[in-house]
Amino acid sequence: MNQVNGLHPLVRGMTLVACILLALPILVVLIVSLNNDSYINFPPDTFSLRWYRSFFGDSRWRDALYTSLAIGLMTCLVSTSIGFLGAYAFLRSRYKAKKLLLSLVLLPLIVPHIITAIALYFVSAPLGLIGSRPWISIAHSVIALPVVVLILISALQNVDESVERAAFSLGANRLTTFRRIVIPLALPGVISAALFSFLTSFDELIIALFLAGLSSETLQVRIWNSLIMEAEPIIAAVSAFLIMATIGVLVIEAGVRHTMGKRNTKLP
Amino acid sequence: MAPLMGLLLIIFFLPIAWFLFQAINESDQTVLEQIKRVALSPDITYVIWNTNWIALIVTLSTLLLAYPIAYTLAHSRKFTFTLIIICVIVPYFTSVVVRTYSWMVILGRNGLLNQALLELGLIQEPLGLMYNRLGVIIGMVYVLLPYLVLTLFSAMKGIDTNLLRAAHSMGASPFYAFRRIYFPLSLPGLISGCLIVFILAIGFFITPALMGGPEDVMIAMLIQREIELNLNWPLAAMLSLALLAVTLVLYAVYYRYTNLERMLGK
Repeated sequence: MNQVNGLHPLVRGMTLVACILLALPILVVLIVSLNNDSYINFPPDTFSLRWYRSFFGDSRWRDALYTSLAIGLMTCLVSTSIGFLGAYAFLRSRYKAKKLLLSLVLLPLIVPHIITAIALYFVSAPLGLIGSRPWISIAHSVIALPVVVLILISALQNVDESVERAAFSLGANRLTTFRRIVIPLALPGVISAALFSFLTSFDELIIALFLAGLSSETLQVRIWNSLIMEAEPIIAAVSAFLIMATIGVLVIEAGVRHTMGKRNTKLP
Repeated sequence: MAPLMGLLLIIFFLPIAWFLFQAINESDQTVLEQIKRVALSPDITYVIWNTNWIALIVTLSTLLLAYPIAYTLAHSRKFTFTLIIICVIVPYFTSVVVRTYSWMVILGRNGLLNQALLELGLIQEPLGLMYNRLGVIIGMVYVLLPYLVLTLFSAMKGIDTNLLRAAHSMGASPFYAFRRIYFPLSLPGLISGCLIVFILAIGFFITPALMGGPEDVMIAMLIQREIELNLNWPLAAMLSLALLAVTLVLYAVYYRYTNLERMLGK
């Protein structure tokens, strides 16, 4: 029962089918993006990077990419730093209502994004914040916080409190302890949190759709607008690019966890 | 804790409360009249009925696919495990728009599936696989499947397999042991996972908007339309309030029955 060999053939068959269903659409987009024709053809008769060239050659798509990157980086900074402080305080203080607090922090993940997006639009339109990139990234930070806080709480759980106490007793103040002990020990978690918050923002559509206005169209908003008008083949290339970016971030994250995890266990 | 709670308060809780309060007050009707109007409008009740029905079917179909994957994940060795987890994680972190688009490429009128079926001579003209209920369900199941797989997997990992061995040594058949021991032990994870999937499904916007037909309007789309097309803020707020209330009630049930600490790996 413990190994895959012991699994019922029916279970293995169903798993295989489900995994094919999961992987197939991703593979299809990657292949279709290499099409040379001006319509979707599968498998492509000839392969080319034509649609990738139009993606990077078109200034509107390129601007959308820069906007997404800028908003993603700001989100990553805001949500990781605030999430870190929150996770640290959460673990190191004796909050009686830990479970309740945690469930509040998770709410932005649970409340339908359409409601969050409309509410933020409702309050920010009179203030002239529509189209402001920092504002979009602050909104994205709220959406990214649940994941960031969960990752950082579990990373900080592994930081031994007695090491901190030792630093205190040797005369280090709170800031030094934080900077020299806590952050380095939790670093792999901090990097994971930063990467996932970047991805959350980079992939977010609904809030960006309402807050972007005309000046700050992100890549997701641009794809959305062009899917609604007419599905240009360029979308396949943009989508494939986004899939590869996602895989890239996941590989970096796994690599960081692997190498840093090893380093940390070597510490005395 | 203070900066975190401050940010959530200012950018999340207060805007939602302010929007609901202000927008509902903007109307010249009283709140009761507005509720009545929503509850008695056949168009709106149809959408609400639709939303719940689609969410239910999606939840059950997702469960059917997710359970065997999670089970295999929980009981396989490194190589198979890595292969399956890649199939789950890559879609999980890909944007919902891209994931929906990928199914549009497959299911569209000139999509892959129709092309293949036509070439094989199995059909004479393209099937309508998209812009209908079927398309919405396929798209939504695809988006939600990774959530459920990961929730079920973490629940199954905690099940002691020695119990199954004990049952086996006492003469229970594998199926009997599964039905009487393994399945009941996986039930708490299954229920909380399905609750989360249902909660996420009733608030879905992107997939039904791109893959649905005129009959498949869900409540989140109705809210967006009332604002973009009709500028009817009071009605949008009323519908948002209803959606939010249902979401929060279900989340409270989830909160009551789920060990949140387990999500922290403890």
